Amino acid sequence: MSTTTTRAGAFSDQELARIRADFPILARTVRDGHPLVYLDSGATSQKPYAVLDAERDWYTQVNAAPHRGAHALSEEGTEAYEAARATIAAFVGAGPQEIVFTKNATESLNLAAYAFSNASTGGGGGGGDRFRLGPGDEVVVTEMEHHANLIPWQELCRRTGATLRWLGVTDEGRLDLSNLDSVITERTRVVSVVHASNVLGTINPVATIVARARSVGALVVLDACQSVPHLAVDVADLGVDLLAFSGHKMLGPMGVGVLWGRPEVLDAMPVFLTGGSMIETVTMERATYAPVPQKFEAGVPNAAQAVGLAAACDYLTELGMDRVAAHEHALTELLLAGLRERPWTRLVGPDDLLDRGGAVSFVVDEVHAHDVGQILDDQGVAVRVGHHCAWPLHRRMRAMATTRVSVAAYTTPADIAAFFTALDRVPTVFGIGG
Amino acid sequence: MDLYQQLIIDHSKRPHRMGLRDPFDAEVHHVNPTCGDEITLRVDVDGDVVRDLSYDSLGCSISVASASMLAELLTGEDVGHARTVYAAIRHMLTSKGGDPGDEDVIGDAVALSGVARYPARVKCALLSWMALADAMAQSGIDLTEETHV
Repeated sequence: MSTTTTRAGAFSDQELARIRADFPILARTVRDGHPLVYLDSGATSQKPYAVLDAERDWYTQVNAAPHRGAHALSEEGTEAYEAARATIAAFVGAGPQEIVFTKNATESLNLAAYAFSNASTGGGGGGGDRFRLGPGDEVVVTEMEHHANLIPWQELCRRTGATLRWLGVTDEGRLDLSNLDSVITERTRVVSVVHASNVLGTINPVATIVARARSVGALVVLDACQSVPHLAVDVADLGVDLLAFSGHKMLGPMGVGVLWGRPEVLDAMPVFLTGGSMIETVTMERATYAPVPQKFEAGVPNAAQAVGLAAACDYLTELGMDRVAAHEHALTELLLAGLRERPWTRLVGPDDLLDRGGAVSFVVDEVHAHDVGQILDDQGVAVRVGHHCAWPLHRRMRAMATTRVSVAAYTTPADIAAFFTALDRVPTVFGIGG
Repeated sequence: MDLYQQLIIDHSKRPHRMGLRDPFDAEVHHVNPTCGDEITLRVDVDGDVVRDLSYDSLGCSISVASASMLAELLTGEDVGHARTVYAAIRHMLTSKGGDPGDEDVIGDAVALSGVARYPARVKCALLSWMALADAMAQSGIDLTEETHV
């Protein structure tokens, strides 16, 4: 599986067989003996033995509270936890002290939003000035955000009196940049956008947004939940200030997320969750705080999950992120082509492979997504149905709910074929198309 | 698959008594936040009789068919009967497949019995019935009261 000597391409059948053997759950059956066809990796990915073993090893060999105590296990636990941080940081081209462990990406984004909120009520001292918001200030998001990158900013605006604005979405499912300069203005203090849409698959033009935000002095937050697991992401190339992703969507365990930030940005941000282990000194009246990243990691951390996530990064690095991206690109092409052949479906998102990830959502004429999902599930095909935590986007795309197929490194062309075979039962059951 | 009995398909494609009508005593709007299914439901109660049940339903075949069956079953019926049907439907849908439903009591809605085996879909079938209980409550009638069958 050399990634340096071969040009990046989709995984071969032999490679896929080897990869799939690493994921025990993929061998199980569902609904009366149907082999599981898992096409819901956008919601959460499956986990390889390497990740499960890393978590188990943590608990069987080193379990202790990191950064507390001076006994042997505590030292080893601290070392393993910090080594995990370094591995995960390197996976996105960052330095180890630039990433903060959270519970999930939702918490990462809330941490970012609360930095502004807490600065606005005096948190962070003088360093918090650039995060201070009030009436007249504006926060910019987009119409294609997951609720996790919308509601924290709505609530921030409610608390501070700032105004929420957003970039729209075109009929095709691309970001509408026609009014970029009138939405992101001198009043804009922070712009928070999704890198790859969890519904449309669209990969947004980060450089264009960053350039505009920079020109008005706004900070940029990137929701990278659907990009980091699927393509090579380098925080330095992106040029953003803060970036959030979750472990469980990238073959890692549930319960661990990451917030990356530029060192000077993280350093200036007021604390969010407070308590044990994030302090420097404490008196009955007040506390001073540890340096980044500890100041954002209150309480005993999710160390086993962090170690598991590091194993997932190693696993993906071994596969090669260029190969993973190429593989998912090929699968996305199969999905788009298959939907095009079925005129009773309507794709919700770009119908080409340019700047497009492997989340493919669609509607079936006259049939609700829940019903489509049920027919697929009956054949062992697991997809996501509903609004995928992006209700405003669904309204914009004139879809009440969509059916979403999403792929990962272990997804095979046979999975896609099985999906279409199951999908073709929908017109029969509901008496449409034909 | 046996979940989608023809009765469900028929009701969902041609929902009975669909549309919002006047007059009404109470109007409620209920949503299923996981999928966005919505129903607006109005009740017009005259003393002890459900004179009209009108609704606007947007959602999957199960939720639309369930609303259609509800309107068909209860329009013009007395409140005591509505309580009996409401209790029978709830019991069937939350029975995990144990209660096949009694056609004499719940009519076409026995076709929804298969839904009980799919926990994720029970909410779809219950949406209109929850809306009904809410609208009746707003009209001063508790549908969940014990009935003597």
